[in-house]
Amino acid sequence: MSEAVLILGATSAIARATAAAFAARGAALYLASRDAEELRRIAADIQVRYGVAVQHGLFDAEATDSHTAFFKSVLAAMPKLSGVVLAFGYLGDQQAARDFNVGAKVIAANFTGAVSILSHCANYFEPLQRGFIIGISSVAGDRGRQSNYVYGAAKGALSLYLQGLRNRLYASGVRVITVKPGFVDTAMTYGLPGMFLVASPQAIGERIARTLDKSADVVYLPWFWRYIMLIIKHIPEAIFKRLKL
Amino acid sequence: MATLVTPLSGWGRFPVQHCELDRPERYADLRPASVSLIARGQGRSYGDAALNDNGRVLLTERVNRLLEFDVEQGILRAEAGATLAEILDVIVPQGWFLPVTPGTKFVSLGGCVAADVHGKNHHHDGSFGNHVLGIELILADGSRVACSPSEKSELFWATVGGMGLTGIIGEVALKLIPISSDFVQVRNHAADNFEQLFRLMQDATFDDRYAVAWIDSMAAGAQLGRGIAMCGHHATQEEFRPGFRNAIKPKRSRAIPFDFPAFALNRLSIAAFNGLYFRQEGGKREPFLSGYDSYFYPLDAIGNWNRLYGKRGFVQYQCVIHEAVAFDGIRQLLQALSDSRRPSFLAVLKRLGAQGKGLLSFPLAGYTLALDLPIRDQGLFTLLKKLDEIVLQHGGRVYLAKDARLSAESFRAMYPRYDEWLKIKKLVDPENRFSSSLSRRLEMGGAHE
Repeated sequence: MSEAVLILGATSAIARATAAAFAARGAALYLASRDAEELRRIAADIQVRYGVAVQHGLFDAEATDSHTAFFKSVLAAMPKLSGVVLAFGYLGDQQAARDFNVGAKVIAANFTGAVSILSHCANYFEPLQRGFIIGISSVAGDRGRQSNYVYGAAKGALSLYLQGLRNRLYASGVRVITVKPGFVDTAMTYGLPGMFLVASPQAIGERIARTLDKSADVVYLPWFWRYIMLIIKHIPEAIFKRLKL
Repeated sequence: MATLVTPLSGWGRFPVQHCELDRPERYADLRPASVSLIARGQGRSYGDAALNDNGRVLLTERVNRLLEFDVEQGILRAEAGATLAEILDVIVPQGWFLPVTPGTKFVSLGGCVAADVHGKNHHHDGSFGNHVLGIELILADGSRVACSPSEKSELFWATVGGMGLTGIIGEVALKLIPISSDFVQVRNHAADNFEQLFRLMQDATFDDRYAVAWIDSMAAGAQLGRGIAMCGHHATQEEFRPGFRNAIKPKRSRAIPFDFPAFALNRLSIAAFNGLYFRQEGGKREPFLSGYDSYFYPLDAIGNWNRLYGKRGFVQYQCVIHEAVAFDGIRQLLQALSDSRRPSFLAVLKRLGAQGKGLLSFPLAGYTLALDLPIRDQGLFTLLKKLDEIVLQHGGRVYLAKDARLSAESFRAMYPRYDEWLKIKKLVDPENRFSSSLSRRLEMGGAHE
């Protein structure tokens, strides 16, 4: 079946690679982000390389008031929408923990905005009894650490939200997949100290598209992060709180 | 966006310098910095052209979108970080090919313009810049400017071959050539000495769109300069036998996983390899078909082949000798190399056509010789100095994209249009914001050295 996929936050390296992987499978795409110039460039690139139809439109995750109109315009452009990839996210910096104005932005970009747009998507797919929602969360959401706990909390909340949504939409046959990438070689992580086992965005993008061929609900990418996080989650809090992570 | 401070080198792995890397993913982030900056594509220039000792290096690899491909006209527009490999993947199945290609496809489009690269067809088609319809350049003041042979042509020809020193090349529009198969029809002809080989290269009846000669750099005495002339063209539909494709097994690409010890490439092993190659390739009397990958990019099948030269790296010395004195000049170079008893794993001779309009472009009408020389000791640099003198005496020049050690004085003598170039450079980049280790070594760009 040929798919028609909406990519939310389409201009990040992971989103670009995911869009390319869907295009390689023959999917038509609708790319959405805040950055008009990057959207044009990425849409053109995927069209030239894969010969699929690529449309694009402006989307601001934090501007939740605009989401109703936005989703309507997506459906007008792509009436056979079959799936959604939620790929936007905002790491912020250490400031987020101390300055609520920064923290609020991190929460809005990673969680509130996601809940807003995904509710539109879920309400659309549920009565149709088909479709998929892939939410890109993060291993950072599995346990709070001093280095990025506002981001981690927002991503952790997103993971919980996706879990609930999956439970709700199961009866309608709509798949909800939670993807938790580990460290990926993107602008978000480039040059940061302490990175290890860094995956390429291409590898992550291909695996995200391939989650549709498998039955897993929660996917760590690459797979070994499941075990790394398993260990991290099981460190007793009495010890964990002393660690510099 | 963080920067990464790391030791960095070109493909020759010499020199190694500490550079501050920046790797933007958005087109809008291709912009000058308050410190010295040079753009770097795939890092396949050999020396210090894409290095900036204690300065900023802007990696363009993520800004590599293919923006437009007109399949009817054969025109491709792409961001400068796109590699030739990515472009070939898209254009070859549609019946188009690159008008000019260097010996590796793992180079960026921007690098091809900045070094005004040439291929085996320079004597027919000129260099890469001849086929560029236009570029978008990001200037020192952050503005984007379109230039082409007809629009802001002075800036265009200062940028073609300008080694990235006029600005950041953002986009390139390229005119492609049509092909009717993805195979190349090749003819080899062995020559027992340099005189024979040189005559073959001049012979119009042997010539073809692509022509190159491999020289056995270890042959000495009466056999000095023996080699194989190889020429070819994109196979026509008549030459391309259906079903042939199935007979060719796709080659697996292999990588060199570690640095070879310094002794691995020695006079004995290279001489043995060369003898074998001479007999095998020289023995091919009949024309044969070759896939475009193995014809144009034989070394791409071995990832990181630069590691063969060991940790200390190597220098690729590529020069051109003016056509009027090419025979004497090249023979003197080969003699000097032979006398030095330094092994060169690779020695390639190509014919170059008329000089193009790029003010700092390398090609000029004559013959170009390329040598790969491992760095064993400082004596190599004495030899290269001697080769520079031979080149200068024969109206030639050294290729900046390969260079790691030329002197500023020799550079000035070899590139007489430098002053013209400098005028334009000063106009668009008066504070010399775009500079590299190469530009400082060669004292290019003026006041703020």
